[in-house]
Amino acid sequence: MMRYLRLLALQFRISAASAMAYRANFLIEGVMSLAWLAITLLPLVVVFGDRDKVAGWDRPSALIVMAYFMAVRAVLEGTISPSLVDLVERIRTGSFDYVLLKPVDAQAMVSASRYEPWKVFDLLGAIAVAVYAFAARGAPPSPVDAVFGLALFAAGVLATYALWILCAAASFWVVRLDNLMYLLGAIFDTARWPVQVFPGAWRFIFTFIIPVAIMTTYPAKALLGTLDASAALATLGGCVALLIVSRMVWRTAIRSYTSASS
Amino acid sequence: MTSATARTLRALPTLLRIGVAETVAYRAEFLVWILTTTQPLIMLGLWTSVAREAPFHDYSSSRFVAYFLAMLIVRQLTGNWVAWQISEEVRSGAMAMRLLRPVHPFFAYAASHAAAIPFRSIVALPVAFALLASTGASALTTDPVQLALLVPSLALAWLATFAMLFAIGALAFFLTQTMAIANLYFGLFSLFSGYLMPLELLPGPIARAAAWLPFRFMLSAPVELMIRSHTPGERADLLGGQLAWTAILLAMALGLWRAGVKRFEAVGG
Repeated sequence: MMRYLRLLALQFRISAASAMAYRANFLIEGVMSLAWLAITLLPLVVVFGDRDKVAGWDRPSALIVMAYFMAVRAVLEGTISPSLVDLVERIRTGSFDYVLLKPVDAQAMVSASRYEPWKVFDLLGAIAVAVYAFAARGAPPSPVDAVFGLALFAAGVLATYALWILCAAASFWVVRLDNLMYLLGAIFDTARWPVQVFPGAWRFIFTFIIPVAIMTTYPAKALLGTLDASAALATLGGCVALLIVSRMVWRTAIRSYTSASS
Repeated sequence: MTSATARTLRALPTLLRIGVAETVAYRAEFLVWILTTTQPLIMLGLWTSVAREAPFHDYSSSRFVAYFLAMLIVRQLTGNWVAWQISEEVRSGAMAMRLLRPVHPFFAYAASHAAAIPFRSIVALPVAFALLASTGASALTTDPVQLALLVPSLALAWLATFAMLFAIGALAFFLTQTMAIANLYFGLFSLFSGYLMPLELLPGPIARAAAWLPFRFMLSAPVELMIRSHTPGERADLLGGQLAWTAILLAMALGLWRAGVKRFEAVGG
């Protein structure tokens, strides 16, 4: 376990060092984060400019969902996505062989192989939105809700990670499927809205088939103190199930890996 | 006619045939790309549920349905991924092979993407019929002039989108962060092109900006022609804007390309 933590820290240091080598990017990334913040918030501003409530969600609570969305997206684009894009590239070129040769678990090795440290700006943006939303509500979350909210944030991130690993595993069979990540990204985009906002068929898909609900809606409800115990358990259960399935698919996929290098 | 033009024209049927073959060969990839452009269906779900109890501004539920289905059709017909293709080829060095060919890459890429349009129509046309069946003709225009204008409008939207993404792809000659720029472009595009919501619903100053920015003429313009009657003056503005922006974007794409190729050092040999 300690070995994996050391490995993670080392990989992070390498990425941070290479990010620091391009210091000019600091400004570009900061500006981009601000632009993304505006782009992300505008549809919500439009909807709640005309309505007090949509599907039972008022503006501050919908903003909390949005903050969760931005935070999960920051983690996704800061670690998961670049690492897996890297993986797809390695499978295509055959350099994945070297990863398999290393005396550590390949999934752990590729899951955090690359970071985009600047995405930390997006995380700060998400926290700012959440603080603003609670200021608009007039009361901070209770300590218990805050703990649950953070725990379910971790669950949401892990569920997202599991979905992306499933996707990456597909590239063992169909090599040129890096755009599957774009598709997943497009679907993940719906996580910015509380899942109750969508009509029946969509809500079913986003809760059970592609569970964007457990990435943002339920964690947000936990932080708001409106999540009942059974829904909290279902969220954790869904997250664990996704992790197990993704691990199994990864193991199967890796067995059918035929090197492209030789 | 210069010999370069003649050569390009002669090569065109073959380029189109290659495009069709590529689409068929990478069908799984192609299908995923088509699914990625189904975002309007998700927005459709959101907006119809917002408008369920009472119309949102002028938009009733059924108008949102017509709007987003029209959006889906136009997006399917005009979308492409040439920016990703170019930056990948520049990065991997495969661009060197392409530059050796006696046809300008703009035409080669354009032909390969144009060849995919029939396959995209297979997806878009059933949706078009579903649209007519479900919302009826009431939410759509029946004006024959406007329907006739839809053809050049779609063609210009396709060309403008292609030129824009070609220009972004050409940035790969100068920068390593093309993907981040392409993503940011897509964020701006989805906001200002009507992809996420009808442009009239945007707050005042942003709606005014959207009326002038290129994005509207790449996606919203044909949709506006489909779902609303316009006065002849409005039609002229719409088509004129499309023409002007297509010309600007084409000039930008070819200019960037020409400057970029000069800097290109093949990677990998």
